Amino acid sequence: MAQLLEVKALNKSFTIHHLDKTIHAVKDINFSLDEGQFIGIVGKSGSGKSTILKMIYRTYLPEEGEIIYHSKQFGKMDLMCAAEREMIYLRKYEIGYVSQFLSVMPRTTARAIVENSVIEMGKSRQEAKQVAEEALRHFDLDPELWDNYPVTFSGGEKLRLNIASAIVKKPRLLLLDEPTASLDDASKVKVREAIEKLKQEGTTLIGIFHDLQFMDGLCDKVFDFQQGKCLEGEIV
Amino acid sequence: MHDKPILHVVNLKKQYGPGCAVCSHNHEVALEKNRCPECGTVFACNDLSFDVYPGEILGVVGESGSGKSTMMKCLYFDEEVSSGEAYISCYEEGETNVFQESSQKLRHIRNTILGMVYQNPVLGLKMDFSSVGNIAEKMIAAGDRNVNRMENRSKVLLEHVHIPIARMKDEPKKFSGGMQQRVQIAKALSNHPPILLLDEVTTGLDLSVQASVLDLIKTIQQELGISMIVVSHDLAVIRMLADRTMVMLDGRIIEQGLTDQILENPQHAYTQQLVYSLI
Repeated sequence: MAQLLEVKALNKSFTIHHLDKTIHAVKDINFSLDEGQFIGIVGKSGSGKSTILKMIYRTYLPEEGEIIYHSKQFGKMDLMCAAEREMIYLRKYEIGYVSQFLSVMPRTTARAIVENSVIEMGKSRQEAKQVAEEALRHFDLDPELWDNYPVTFSGGEKLRLNIASAIVKKPRLLLLDEPTASLDDASKVKVREAIEKLKQEGTTLIGIFHDLQFMDGLCDKVFDFQQGKCLEGEIV
Repeated sequence: MHDKPILHVVNLKKQYGPGCAVCSHNHEVALEKNRCPECGTVFACNDLSFDVYPGEILGVVGESGSGKSTMMKCLYFDEEVSSGEAYISCYEEGETNVFQESSQKLRHIRNTILGMVYQNPVLGLKMDFSSVGNIAEKMIAAGDRNVNRMENRSKVLLEHVHIPIARMKDEPKKFSGGMQQRVQIAKALSNHPPILLLDEVTTGLDLSVQASVLDLIKTIQQELGISMIVVSHDLAVIRMLADRTMVMLDGRIIEQGLTDQILENPQHAYTQQLVYSLI
Protein backbone atom coordinates (compact mmCIF):
# COMPACT_ATOMS: atom_id res chain seq x y z
CA MET A 1 0.00 0.00 0.00
CA ALA A 2 1.18 3.49 -0.78
CA GLN A 3 1.83 5.94 1.99
CA LEU A 4 -0.89 8.54 2.57
CA LEU A 5 0.33 10.52 5.55
CA GLU A 6 3.58 11.02 7.37
CA VAL A 7 3.91 13.12 10.50
CA LYS A 8 7.46 14.14 11.30
CA ALA A 9 8.86 15.85 14.43
CA LEU A 10 5.61 17.69 15.12
CA ASN A 11 5.71 20.40 17.81
CA LYS A 12 2.99 22.72 18.97
CA SER A 13 2.68 25.25 21.76
CA PHE A 14 0.09 27.87 22.57
CA THR A 15 0.89 31.44 23.51
CA ILE A 16 -1.63 32.88 25.96
CA HIS A 17 -1.16 36.63 25.77
CA HIS A 18 -3.09 37.71 28.85
CA LEU A 19 -1.09 35.33 31.04
CA ASP A 20 2.11 36.06 29.15
CA LYS A 21 2.70 32.34 29.02
CA THR A 22 3.46 29.63 26.50
CA ILE A 23 1.99 26.17 26.96
CA HIS A 24 3.66 23.25 25.22
CA ALA A 25 1.01 20.92 23.85
CA VAL A 26 2.83 18.23 21.88
CA LYS A 27 6.49 17.55 21.24
CA ASP A 28 8.30 15.48 18.65
CA ILE A 29 5.40 13.40 17.32
CA ASN A 30 6.24 10.93 14.55
CA PHE A 31 4.07 8.40 12.76
CA SER A 32 3.06 7.36 9.27
CA LEU A 33 0.02 5.81 7.67
CA ASP A 34 -0.55 3.83 4.48
CA GLU A 35 -3.70 4.13 2.43
CA GLY A 36 -6.59 2.31 4.07
CA GLN A 37 -4.91 1.98 7.45
CA PHE A 38 -6.41 2.97 10.80
CA ILE A 39 -4.26 4.45 13.53
CA GLY A 40 -5.66 4.87 17.00
CA ILE A 41 -4.31 7.55 19.33
CA VAL A 42 -4.40 6.82 23.05
CA GLY A 43 -3.32 8.88 26.02
CA LYS A 44 -4.50 10.72 29.07
CA SER A 45 -6.81 13.74 28.91
CA GLY A 46 -4.81 16.81 28.04
CA SER A 47 -1.89 14.84 26.61
CA GLY A 48 -2.39 16.43 23.19
CA LYS A 49 -4.38 13.84 21.25
CA SER A 50 -6.82 16.32 19.73
CA THR A 51 -4.01 18.78 19.06
CA ILE A 52 -2.53 16.33 16.56
CA LEU A 53 -5.81 15.94 14.68
CA LYS A 54 -6.46 19.67 14.71
CA MET A 55 -3.02 20.36 13.29
CA ILE A 56 -3.59 17.91 10.46
CA TYR A 57 -6.95 19.59 9.78
CA ARG A 58 -5.25 22.97 10.27
CA THR A 59 -7.69 24.21 12.88
CA TYR A 60 -4.49 24.76 14.82
CA LEU A 61 -1.75 26.66 13.10
CA PRO A 62 1.34 24.58 12.53
CA GLU A 63 4.51 25.39 14.34
CA GLU A 64 7.34 22.93 13.73
CA GLY A 65 7.65 19.68 11.88
CA GLU A 66 6.13 18.26 8.73
CA ILE A 67 2.78 16.71 7.84
CA ILE A 68 3.31 15.09 4.46
CA TYR A 69 0.02 14.22 2.78
CA HIS A 70 -0.42 12.60 -0.63
CA SER A 71 -3.36 14.46 -2.12
CA LYS A 72 -5.36 13.26 -5.10
CA GLN A 73 -5.64 16.81 -6.34
CA PHE A 74 -2.32 18.39 -5.40
CA GLY A 75 0.03 15.39 -5.14
CA LYS A 76 2.61 15.21 -2.35
CA MET A 77 2.29 18.23 -0.07
CA ASP A 78 3.14 19.46 3.41
CA LEU A 79 -0.09 20.37 5.19
CA MET A 80 1.91 22.56 7.56
CA CYS A 81 2.47 25.10 4.81
CA ALA A 82 -0.46 24.42 2.47
CA ALA A 83 -2.35 27.52 1.32
CA GLU A 84 -5.68 28.25 2.99
CA ARG A 85 -7.42 27.75 -0.34
CA GLU A 86 -5.84 24.31 -0.67
CA MET A 87 -7.00 23.40 2.84
CA ILE A 88 -10.55 24.51 2.03
CA TYR A 89 -10.47 22.28 -1.04
CA LEU A 90 -9.06 19.31 0.90
CA ARG A 91 -11.66 19.70 3.64
CA LYS A 92 -14.39 19.66 1.03
CA TYR A 93 -13.18 16.70 -1.01
CA GLU A 94 -10.48 14.71 0.77
CA ILE A 95 -10.17 15.18 4.53
CA GLY A 96 -13.06 14.82 6.97
CA TYR A 97 -13.20 15.68 10.66
CA VAL A 98 -15.69 14.49 13.24
CA SER A 99 -15.71 15.82 16.78
CA GLN A 100 -18.06 15.37 19.71
CA PHE A 101 -19.71 18.65 18.85
CA LEU A 102 -22.21 19.46 16.16
CA SER A 103 -22.00 22.96 14.74
CA VAL A 104 -24.53 23.69 12.03
CA MET A 105 -26.54 26.50 10.48
CA PRO A 106 -29.56 27.35 12.62
CA ARG A 107 -32.90 26.04 11.40
CA THR A 108 -31.37 23.43 9.13
CA THR A 109 -33.03 20.04 9.34
CA ALA A 110 -31.11 16.85 10.09
CA ARG A 111 -31.88 15.64 6.58
CA ALA A 112 -30.64 18.91 4.99
CA ILE A 113 -27.38 18.78 6.97
CA VAL A 114 -26.48 15.37 5.57
CA GLU A 115 -27.77 16.27 2.09
CA ASN A 116 -25.69 19.45 2.02
CA SER A 117 -22.56 17.41 2.74
CA VAL A 118 -23.26 15.37 -0.40
CA ILE A 119 -24.29 18.38 -2.52
CA GLU A 120 -21.08 20.17 -1.52
CA MET A 121 -19.19 17.38 -3.31
CA GLY A 122 -20.99 18.28 -6.54
CA LYS A 123 -23.62 15.51 -6.45
CA SER A 124 -27.24 16.02 -7.57
CA ARG A 125 -30.06 16.77 -5.14
CA GLN A 126 -31.68 13.47 -6.05
CA GLU A 127 -28.55 11.49 -5.23
CA ALA A 128 -28.01 13.53 -2.06
CA LYS A 129 -31.51 12.71 -0.86
CA GLN A 130 -30.96 9.00 -1.33
CA VAL A 131 -27.51 8.93 0.26
CA ALA A 132 -28.70 11.04 3.21
CA GLU A 133 -31.66 8.77 3.93
CA GLU A 134 -29.46 5.67 3.81
CA ALA A 135 -27.02 7.24 6.26
CA LEU A 136 -29.72 8.46 8.66
CA ARG A 137 -31.32 5.03 8.58
CA HIS A 138 -27.98 3.29 9.17
CA PHE A 139 -27.37 5.34 12.30
CA ASP A 140 -30.87 4.58 13.56
CA LEU A 141 -31.99 8.16 13.64
CA ASP A 142 -35.76 8.02 14.05
CA PRO A 143 -37.38 9.08 10.73
CA GLU A 144 -39.61 11.37 12.75
CA LEU A 145 -36.51 13.44 13.49
CA TRP A 146 -35.27 13.74 9.92
CA ASP A 147 -37.15 16.94 9.20
CA ASN A 148 -36.57 18.37 12.64
CA TYR A 149 -33.84 20.79 13.77
CA PRO A 150 -30.95 19.15 15.66
CA VAL A 151 -30.88 21.81 18.39
CA THR A 152 -33.56 19.77 20.19
CA PHE A 153 -31.79 16.41 19.70
CA SER A 154 -30.20 14.41 22.50
CA GLY A 155 -26.41 14.26 22.74
CA GLY A 156 -26.29 10.83 21.13
CA GLU A 157 -28.60 11.84 18.29
CA LYS A 158 -26.47 14.88 17.52
CA LEU A 159 -23.35 12.75 17.53
CA ARG A 160 -24.82 10.19 15.15
CA LEU A 161 -25.95 12.98 12.83
CA ASN A 162 -22.46 14.46 12.98
CA ILE A 163 -20.83 11.17 11.99
CA ALA A 164 -23.41 10.57 9.27
CA SER A 165 -22.73 13.91 7.62
CA ALA A 166 -18.97 13.30 7.63
CA ILE A 167 -19.14 9.72 6.42
CA VAL A 168 -21.40 10.34 3.40
CA LYS A 169 -18.54 12.29 1.83
CA LYS A 170 -16.38 9.15 1.82
CA PRO A 171 -13.23 11.15 2.55
CA ARG A 172 -9.77 9.76 1.73
CA LEU A 173 -8.64 10.63 5.25
CA LEU A 174 -11.05 10.79 8.17
CA LEU A 175 -10.09 12.27 11.53
CA LEU A 176 -12.22 11.02 14.41
CA ASP A 177 -11.97 13.04 17.62
CA GLU A 178 -13.79 10.92 20.22
CA PRO A 179 -16.91 10.59 18.11
CA THR A 180 -18.34 7.90 20.38
CA ALA A 181 -17.83 9.73 23.68
CA SER A 182 -21.47 9.87 24.74
CA LEU A 183 -22.97 7.00 22.80
CA ASP A 184 -24.64 3.91 24.18
CA ASP A 185 -23.31 0.48 23.20
CA ALA A 186 -25.83 -0.11 20.41
CA SER A 187 -24.92 3.20 18.78
CA LYS A 188 -21.22 2.46 19.17
CA VAL A 189 -21.72 -0.76 17.23
CA LYS A 190 -23.34 1.26 14.44
CA VAL A 191 -20.41 3.65 14.35
CA ARG A 192 -17.98 0.75 14.33
CA GLU A 193 -19.83 -0.85 11.42
CA ALA A 194 -19.73 2.39 9.47
CA ILE A 195 -16.01 2.79 10.14
CA GLU A 196 -15.30 -0.80 9.09
CA LYS A 197 -17.20 -0.24 5.86
CA LEU A 198 -15.32 2.99 5.13
CA LYS A 199 -12.06 1.22 5.82
CA GLN A 200 -12.95 -1.55 3.39
CA GLU A 201 -13.69 1.09 0.80
CA GLY A 202 -10.20 2.48 1.23
CA THR A 203 -10.59 5.39 3.64
CA THR A 204 -7.59 6.02 5.88
CA LEU A 205 -8.49 6.86 9.46
CA ILE A 206 -6.99 8.46 12.53
CA GLY A 207 -9.11 8.02 15.64
CA ILE A 208 -9.09 9.08 19.25
CA PHE A 209 -11.19 6.87 21.49
CA HIS A 210 -11.36 6.57 25.23
CA ASP A 211 -12.97 3.21 24.88
CA LEU A 212 -10.08 0.84 24.17
CA GLN A 213 -12.43 -2.05 23.59
CA PHE A 214 -13.98 -0.14 20.76
CA MET A 215 -10.66 0.09 18.99
CA ASP A 216 -9.77 -3.56 19.46
CA GLY A 217 -9.36 -5.31 16.12
CA LEU A 218 -10.07 -2.11 14.23
CA CYS A 219 -6.69 -0.41 14.39
CA ASP A 220 -3.64 -1.37 12.36
CA LYS A 221 -1.44 0.58 14.74
CA VAL A 222 -1.64 2.67 17.85
CA PHE A 223 0.13 5.85 18.82
CA ASP A 224 0.61 5.79 22.57
CA PHE A 225 1.29 9.16 24.19
CA GLN A 226 2.58 7.58 27.35
CA GLN A 227 5.37 5.88 25.44
CA GLY A 228 5.57 8.74 22.95
CA LYS A 229 5.70 6.39 19.99
CA CYS A 230 3.82 4.24 17.55
CA LEU A 231 3.08 0.56 18.26
CA GLU A 232 2.27 -1.82 15.45
CA GLY A 233 -0.54 -4.33 15.66
CA GLU A 234 -3.18 -4.96 18.27
CA ILE A 235 -3.65 -2.93 21.41
CA VAL A 236 -2.47 -4.61 24.57
CA MET B 1 -10.16 24.77 -8.30
CA HIS B 2 -10.09 28.53 -8.96
CA ASP B 3 -6.77 29.98 -8.08
CA LYS B 4 -7.26 33.49 -9.36
CA PRO B 5 -9.01 35.84 -6.93
CA ILE B 6 -12.11 37.64 -8.15
CA LEU B 7 -11.12 40.63 -6.03
CA HIS B 8 -7.51 41.48 -5.29
CA VAL B 9 -6.92 44.41 -2.93
CA VAL B 10 -3.47 45.85 -2.29
CA ASN B 11 -2.59 48.40 0.41
CA LEU B 12 -6.00 50.04 0.61
CA LYS B 13 -5.64 53.19 2.70
CA LYS B 14 -8.26 55.68 3.81
CA GLN B 15 -7.22 58.60 5.95
CA TYR B 16 -9.25 61.52 7.27
CA GLY B 17 -6.94 64.50 7.57
CA PRO B 18 -3.91 65.79 5.69
CA GLY B 19 -1.22 63.74 7.46
CA CYS B 20 2.09 65.23 8.57
CA ALA B 21 5.78 64.43 8.62
CA VAL B 22 5.32 62.22 11.67
CA CYS B 23 2.48 60.01 10.47
CA SER B 24 3.22 59.92 6.75
CA HIS B 25 6.52 58.13 7.18
CA ASN B 26 6.63 55.76 10.05
CA HIS B 27 3.09 55.74 11.36
CA GLU B 28 3.30 52.31 12.96
CA VAL B 29 5.38 53.86 15.71
CA ALA B 30 3.73 57.24 15.71
CA LEU B 31 0.02 56.46 15.78
CA GLU B 32 -2.13 56.28 18.89
CA LYS B 33 -4.57 53.55 17.92
CA ASN B 34 -5.34 54.85 14.40
CA ARG B 35 -4.84 58.57 15.07
CA CYS B 36 -1.76 60.72 14.63
CA PRO B 37 -1.12 62.64 17.88
CA GLU B 38 0.66 65.42 15.98
CA CYS B 39 -1.86 66.41 13.30
CA GLY B 40 -5.00 64.53 14.32
CA THR B 41 -5.24 62.59 11.07
CA VAL B 42 -7.24 59.37 11.45
CA PHE B 43 -6.18 56.33 9.46
CA ALA B 44 -9.49 54.47 9.17
CA CYS B 45 -8.05 51.81 6.85
CA ASN B 46 -4.35 51.27 6.86
CA ASP B 47 -2.63 49.19 4.18
CA LEU B 48 -5.34 46.56 3.82
CA SER B 49 -4.34 43.77 1.45
CA PHE B 50 -6.46 40.71 0.83
CA ASP B 51 -8.02 38.47 -1.82
CA VAL B 52 -11.55 37.18 -2.33
CA TYR B 53 -11.91 34.00 -4.40
CA PRO B 54 -14.82 32.99 -6.66
CA GLY B 55 -17.76 31.62 -4.70
CA GLU B 56 -16.22 32.09 -1.26
CA ILE B 57 -17.43 34.06 1.74
CA LEU B 58 -14.71 36.11 3.40
CA GLY B 59 -15.57 37.12 6.98
CA VAL B 60 -14.36 40.36 8.53
CA VAL B 61 -14.52 40.83 12.31
CA GLY B 62 -13.31 43.58 14.60
CA GLU B 63 -14.52 46.00 17.23
CA SER B 64 -16.52 49.14 16.49
CA GLY B 65 -14.28 51.73 14.89
CA SER B 66 -11.75 49.21 13.57
CA GLY B 67 -12.42 50.30 9.98
CA LYS B 68 -14.68 47.51 8.73
CA SER B 69 -17.45 49.69 7.34
CA THR B 70 -15.01 52.24 5.90
CA MET B 71 -13.34 49.40 4.03
CA MET B 72 -16.70 48.29 2.63
CA LYS B 73 -17.58 51.84 1.61
CA CYS B 74 -14.23 52.18 -0.15
CA LEU B 75 -14.81 48.91 -2.01
CA TYR B 76 -18.27 50.12 -3.10
CA PHE B 77 -16.80 53.55 -4.01
CA ASP B 78 -19.01 55.39 -1.50
CA GLU B 79 -15.75 56.74 -0.13
CA GLU B 80 -12.72 57.62 -2.20
CA VAL B 81 -9.58 55.79 -1.09
CA SER B 82 -6.50 57.79 -0.09
CA SER B 83 -4.30 55.28 -1.86
CA GLY B 84 -4.22 51.63 -2.79
CA GLU B 85 -5.23 49.28 -5.57
CA ALA B 86 -8.11 46.92 -6.31
CA TYR B 87 -8.42 44.53 -9.23
CA ILE B 88 -11.62 42.70 -10.20
CA SER B 89 -11.05 39.64 -12.39
CA CYS B 90 -14.22 40.20 -14.45
CA TYR B 91 -13.40 43.85 -15.13
CA GLU B 92 -10.87 44.37 -17.93
CA GLU B 93 -9.42 40.97 -17.12
CA GLY B 94 -8.32 42.09 -13.70
CA GLU B 95 -5.55 44.29 -15.06
CA THR B 96 -6.97 47.72 -14.19
CA ASN B 97 -6.78 49.31 -10.75
CA VAL B 98 -10.45 50.18 -10.33
CA PHE B 99 -9.73 52.84 -7.69
CA GLN B 100 -8.20 54.95 -10.47
CA GLU B 101 -11.14 54.71 -12.85
CA SER B 102 -13.37 57.67 -13.78
CA SER B 103 -16.57 58.22 -11.81
CA GLN B 104 -18.59 57.10 -14.83
CA LYS B 105 -16.75 53.78 -14.96
CA LEU B 106 -17.03 53.39 -11.20
CA ARG B 107 -20.82 53.75 -11.50
CA HIS B 108 -20.79 51.06 -14.15
CA ILE B 109 -18.77 48.67 -11.93
CA ARG B 110 -21.02 49.44 -8.97
CA ASN B 111 -24.16 48.74 -10.94
CA THR B 112 -23.08 45.62 -12.76
CA ILE B 113 -20.34 43.88 -10.76
CA LEU B 114 -21.04 44.83 -7.13
CA GLY B 115 -23.98 44.56 -4.78
CA MET B 116 -24.03 46.20 -1.36
CA VAL B 117 -26.18 45.63 1.69
CA TYR B 118 -25.74 48.27 4.39
CA GLN B 119 -26.21 47.81 8.10
CA ASN B 120 -28.67 50.70 8.00
CA PRO B 121 -31.36 50.05 5.35
CA VAL B 122 -31.86 53.82 5.00
CA LEU B 123 -28.51 53.96 3.21
CA GLY B 124 -29.41 51.24 0.73
CA LEU B 125 -33.09 51.85 0.05
CA LYS B 126 -35.33 54.74 -0.87
CA MET B 127 -37.82 54.37 1.95
CA ASP B 128 -40.63 56.16 0.07
CA PHE B 129 -40.32 54.17 -3.17
CA SER B 130 -42.15 50.87 -3.58
CA SER B 131 -40.02 47.75 -3.06
CA VAL B 132 -40.30 46.96 -6.75
CA GLY B 133 -39.30 50.54 -7.52
CA ASN B 134 -36.20 50.16 -5.36
CA ILE B 135 -35.10 47.08 -7.26
CA ALA B 136 -35.96 48.67 -10.62
CA GLU B 137 -33.85 51.67 -9.70
CA LYS B 138 -30.72 49.54 -9.55
CA MET B 139 -31.62 47.84 -12.87
CA ILE B 140 -32.29 51.19 -14.55
CA ALA B 141 -28.93 52.40 -13.29
CA ALA B 142 -27.39 49.44 -15.09
CA GLY B 143 -29.12 50.41 -18.34
CA ASP B 144 -32.34 48.37 -18.32
CA ARG B 145 -35.42 50.17 -19.71
CA ASN B 146 -37.87 47.28 -20.10
CA VAL B 147 -40.62 47.70 -17.49
CA ASN B 148 -42.00 44.19 -17.81
CA ARG B 149 -38.62 42.58 -17.48
CA MET B 150 -37.79 44.67 -14.45
CA GLU B 151 -41.08 43.87 -12.77
CA ASN B 152 -40.70 40.17 -13.43
CA ARG B 153 -37.14 40.15 -12.15
CA SER B 154 -38.25 42.05 -9.04
CA LYS B 155 -40.97 39.48 -8.36
CA VAL B 156 -38.52 36.60 -8.67
CA LEU B 157 -36.07 38.31 -6.33
CA LEU B 158 -38.66 39.27 -3.73
CA GLU B 159 -39.94 35.71 -3.73
CA HIS B 160 -36.37 34.50 -3.33
CA VAL B 161 -35.96 36.62 -0.20
CA HIS B 162 -39.41 35.63 1.07
CA ILE B 163 -41.21 38.98 0.73
CA PRO B 164 -44.88 38.30 -0.11
CA ILE B 165 -45.64 39.40 -3.69
CA ALA B 166 -48.84 41.02 -2.41
CA ARG B 167 -46.64 43.55 -0.66
CA MET B 168 -44.21 44.26 -3.48
CA LYS B 169 -45.72 47.69 -4.14
CA ASP B 170 -45.37 48.68 -0.47
CA GLU B 171 -42.67 51.13 0.55
CA PRO B 172 -39.86 49.71 2.72
CA LYS B 173 -40.71 52.23 5.45
CA LYS B 174 -43.80 50.13 6.11
CA PHE B 175 -41.65 46.99 6.57
CA SER B 176 -39.99 45.50 9.63
CA GLY B 177 -36.21 45.72 9.96
CA GLY B 178 -35.76 42.13 8.79
CA MET B 179 -37.94 42.70 5.73
CA GLN B 180 -36.08 45.89 4.86
CA GLN B 181 -32.83 43.95 5.04
CA ARG B 182 -34.23 41.32 2.71
CA VAL B 183 -35.42 43.96 0.21
CA GLN B 184 -31.89 45.37 0.31
CA ILE B 185 -30.50 41.91 -0.48
CA ALA B 186 -33.01 41.54 -3.36
CA LYS B 187 -31.97 44.94 -4.71
CA ALA B 188 -28.29 44.10 -4.41
CA LEU B 189 -28.84 40.85 -6.35
CA SER B 190 -30.88 42.43 -9.16
CA ASN B 191 -28.06 42.71 -11.71
CA HIS B 192 -26.50 39.31 -10.98
CA PRO B 193 -23.41 40.80 -9.34
CA PRO B 194 -20.50 38.37 -8.96
CA ILE B 195 -19.46 40.18 -5.75
CA LEU B 196 -21.74 41.00 -2.84
CA LEU B 197 -20.70 43.22 0.10
CA LEU B 198 -22.66 42.63 3.31
CA ASP B 199 -22.10 45.06 6.18
CA GLU B 200 -23.52 43.88 9.54
CA VAL B 201 -26.66 42.60 7.84
CA THR B 202 -27.92 40.68 10.86
CA THR B 203 -27.13 43.27 13.52
CA GLY B 204 -30.23 44.38 15.39
CA LEU B 205 -32.43 41.60 14.03
CA ASP B 206 -34.12 39.15 16.37
CA LEU B 207 -32.73 35.61 16.41
CA SER B 208 -35.44 34.12 14.23
CA VAL B 209 -35.13 36.77 11.51
CA GLN B 210 -31.35 36.55 11.82
CA ALA B 211 -31.54 32.82 11.12
CA SER B 212 -33.63 33.40 8.00
CA VAL B 213 -31.21 36.06 6.70
CA LEU B 214 -28.23 33.74 7.34
CA ASP B 215 -30.04 30.95 5.57
CA LEU B 216 -30.72 33.27 2.64
CA ILE B 217 -27.07 34.31 2.39
CA LYS B 218 -25.91 30.68 2.45
CA THR B 219 -28.47 29.74 -0.21
CA ILE B 220 -27.36 32.62 -2.43
CA GLN B 221 -23.76 31.44 -2.14
CA GLN B 222 -24.62 27.82 -2.89
CA GLU B 223 -27.10 28.40 -5.73
CA LEU B 224 -25.66 31.48 -7.41
CA GLY B 225 -21.99 31.02 -6.57
CA ILE B 226 -21.60 34.68 -5.62
CA SER B 227 -18.45 35.77 -3.76
CA MET B 228 -19.11 37.77 -0.62
CA ILE B 229 -17.41 39.85 1.99
CA VAL B 230 -19.38 39.59 5.22
CA VAL B 231 -18.60 42.13 7.92
CA SER B 232 -19.90 41.38 11.38
CA HIS B 233 -18.90 41.82 14.98
CA ASP B 234 -20.85 38.66 15.75
CA LEU B 235 -18.39 35.76 15.71
CA ALA B 236 -21.20 33.21 15.58
CA VAL B 237 -22.41 34.70 12.27
CA ILE B 238 -18.90 34.55 10.86
CA ARG B 239 -18.46 30.95 12.02
CA MET B 240 -21.65 29.93 10.24
CA LEU B 241 -20.89 31.69 6.98
CA ALA B 242 -17.22 32.25 6.28
CA ASP B 243 -14.51 29.84 5.14
CA ARG B 244 -11.82 32.41 5.77
CA THR B 245 -11.82 35.34 8.15
CA MET B 246 -9.74 38.42 8.73
CA VAL B 247 -9.57 40.34 12.00
CA MET B 248 -9.28 44.13 12.01
CA LEU B 249 -8.06 46.44 14.76
CA ASP B 250 -7.33 50.17 14.53
CA GLY B 251 -7.64 50.16 10.75
CA ARG B 252 -5.30 47.25 10.18
CA ILE B 253 -5.65 43.56 9.44
CA ILE B 254 -3.98 41.97 12.44
CA GLU B 255 -4.73 38.35 11.60
CA GLN B 256 -6.29 36.31 8.83
CA GLY B 257 -6.84 32.60 8.34
CA LEU B 258 -9.30 29.73 8.14
CA THR B 259 -12.32 30.70 10.23
CA ASP B 260 -12.09 27.74 12.64
CA GLN B 261 -8.38 28.43 13.11
CA ILE B 262 -9.08 32.10 13.95
CA LEU B 263 -11.67 30.97 16.51
CA GLU B 264 -9.81 28.02 18.04
CA ASN B 265 -6.18 29.01 17.72
CA PRO B 266 -6.13 32.83 17.63
CA GLN B 267 -2.60 34.23 17.49
CA HIS B 268 -3.00 37.93 18.22
CA ALA B 269 -3.75 39.18 21.75
CA TYR B 270 -6.80 41.11 20.52
CA THR B 271 -8.22 38.11 18.68
CA GLN B 272 -7.74 36.01 21.81
CA GLN B 273 -9.72 38.56 23.84
CA LEU B 274 -12.41 38.56 21.14
CA VAL B 275 -12.70 34.77 21.26
CA TYR B 276 -12.73 34.69 25.08
CA SER B 277 -15.68 37.09 24.93
CA LEU B 278 -17.74 34.69 22.82
CA ILE B 279 -20.83 33.55 24.67
